[in-house]
Amino acid sequence: MSGAEKIQVKVTEITPLNELVTRFRFERVGGGQLPTFSGGAHTVVEMQDGGITRLNPYSLMSDPFDQSSYTISVRRDDEGRGGSLFMHQQVKLGDEMTISYPVNLFSLDLRARKHLFLAGGIGITPFLAQIKQLDVLHGHWELHYACRNHALASYADQLTDRHPNETHLYYDDQNQAIDLKNLLSGQPLGTHVYVCGPKGMIDWVRNTAAAEGWPEDCIHYEEFLAPKPGKPFEVRLAKSDKIVHVGENESLLEAIEREGVDAPYLCRGGACGQCETVVLDHEGNFVHRDHWLTDEEKAAGKRIMPCVSRFEGKSLVLDR
Amino acid sequence: MTIQFNDETFRDDYTFNNSEWAIKRFPFPFHEDSYMYSVNMEQHRGGPEGSVYEMRFDVDEHYVSEMKDRAMVLDQDPLRCQSLPHMTLAGWDLLELIMASKSEDYPDLFELHRNGNQWRWINKPMGIDHSFTFMDETTLPYGPMEYITRQAQGDFAVLDQRDEMLWMDAGMVTTQADWSLDFDIGMNFFEWHAPVPKAHEMGIFQRALKFLLNIQQGAPARRLNWTMTVNPLLDTSPENYHKWGIQKTTLTPENIAHKQHLRVELQTFFRLPRSNALVFPIRCYLCSFQDLMTVPKWGRRLHRVIRDLPEELATYKGFIDNRPMMLDYLSQFDDGLPTSPGIWPDLETEPPLKSKLA
Repeated sequence: MSGAEKIQVKVTEITPLNELVTRFRFERVGGGQLPTFSGGAHTVVEMQDGGITRLNPYSLMSDPFDQSSYTISVRRDDEGRGGSLFMHQQVKLGDEMTISYPVNLFSLDLRARKHLFLAGGIGITPFLAQIKQLDVLHGHWELHYACRNHALASYADQLTDRHPNETHLYYDDQNQAIDLKNLLSGQPLGTHVYVCGPKGMIDWVRNTAAAEGWPEDCIHYEEFLAPKPGKPFEVRLAKSDKIVHVGENESLLEAIEREGVDAPYLCRGGACGQCETVVLDHEGNFVHRDHWLTDEEKAAGKRIMPCVSRFEGKSLVLDR
Repeated sequence: MTIQFNDETFRDDYTFNNSEWAIKRFPFPFHEDSYMYSVNMEQHRGGPEGSVYEMRFDVDEHYVSEMKDRAMVLDQDPLRCQSLPHMTLAGWDLLELIMASKSEDYPDLFELHRNGNQWRWINKPMGIDHSFTFMDETTLPYGPMEYITRQAQGDFAVLDQRDEMLWMDAGMVTTQADWSLDFDIGMNFFEWHAPVPKAHEMGIFQRALKFLLNIQQGAPARRLNWTMTVNPLLDTSPENYHKWGIQKTTLTPENIAHKQHLRVELQTFFRLPRSNALVFPIRCYLCSFQDLMTVPKWGRRLHRVIRDLPEELATYKGFIDNRPMMLDYLSQFDDGLPTSPGIWPDLETEPPLKSKLA
């Protein structure tokens, strides 16, 4: 069996927050405590969507020390392959679902003297759990949260109420933007920066920090990629001796799993490296979308991350 | 099951002794007649009833005496237990993991009563009944890691995980096979493994690191490692090498049967939930050659493994000088018969030793 341990849960609360984001509360089926976790952890939610099993990662946003329930917030993506639409349209109160044990690929560096959080849009969710964790540990933190407008700024009001001095909000429709260069230069020694948001924001923070001379290991980021739809293609799995057709709206990993071939995975978002697969032969072009392989590895065409990456061309043979 | 705890020593007069029960459940580390490094990890989710794999933290007849020995080591050298400031949360994680596991796995020996953050911990073998506030260090006599590892057999390395790397940032190390926490504290995975021969070239550590970084909550792992120790010493540390190193020269053909011990480490790995750190308990089991030879399969196999072990490994494990004497002794127990696969003693199915004189 691949992936982290599983937990059977029941949906006990569905709360629409605004026109795009809905919050879901999960409690263990039959009662009982859920595992504690560390701020920044995610869970992988299994969705039985018609004939397809979707497995999407969502950051846990509840108090990591509260073992009675977990909460996640899901932003509806009308252009995506349907995972978030399934959560928004199909999931009902009282439904039983399977989620994974918490997995953390975005944990706090507990050596930090100060934690500087930079959130864009739905990227706020891991910080909600980290902030609760730091409340218990009496950690020093500051949040800069950029959104399109006030109506879409999930949890902004609560954060401002509870942490008026630590929370700073920026709204695009009011032409407000984080003054990053100044913000970074004013930080005390021992500050760690964490950024979660769209790819453009992550790149901007990493590049700006690097240009300002920040050490790489003081900058932490998390961007879950949702697999994108793409042209259908065929893949031959050499070990299992199977030819698999990858449909427009499924990922390569999902297609492999549908054929009953067990492939390792954890994050399903191109970040953790678990599903790295050896390419035995190919004629065509890779559509690499992960954060795991280096540019050289991507160019070499000997590896692929089937959770988010695709292929266009005549033939592809994988070592699975 | 109630355990009869031994009153024994691991120093000076060496009254350490394995009962027949302890010999049969000894974690013999060789699954075939030869040995080479491998990552050899498997999931740590129980095992055969009564085996050292059955419980998350094995408690055996040596528990109380081992804890006394640990207290003596710490009294003479407090630096055997260290925790860098950012590792306190991991210490609480470890305290909870051990208390919860032991109270569930050995309800007759340990009890944990939780009411919110008000906890009461009862350790019957050590006569402890202590109420404290979880996450409040001022309510414990030591830091959380030190408190609980003074009550748990084996060494504990608590590894912080940052930047795709593991860091030796806390630990309790008093029963080690010649490595020093005080020397390794703050080092990363490759740095603290630097002295191991051959394994780097084999890519063992890259693979092991990748595996360890991906150990997840709720899915612990384990492996066995081994070395040799003359006299049943728990504390074979570099700090005390001047005391125990010389004892290797006291081995003679007359005393080897009871003086030479196979030292096996049951290494387990658990992801800690609140800190996202990794704890690496290293539990040491000792068994004298004469006790091992009561299991015919182990007698045959140990001789073959030691005979064929590459020289670098015998040197690294510190018994190259004594190997000829060990082989003279062990060869008496190898009648050339084949051995069954796997580590278990198979006493019912493996034939007794064929007398070589016959």
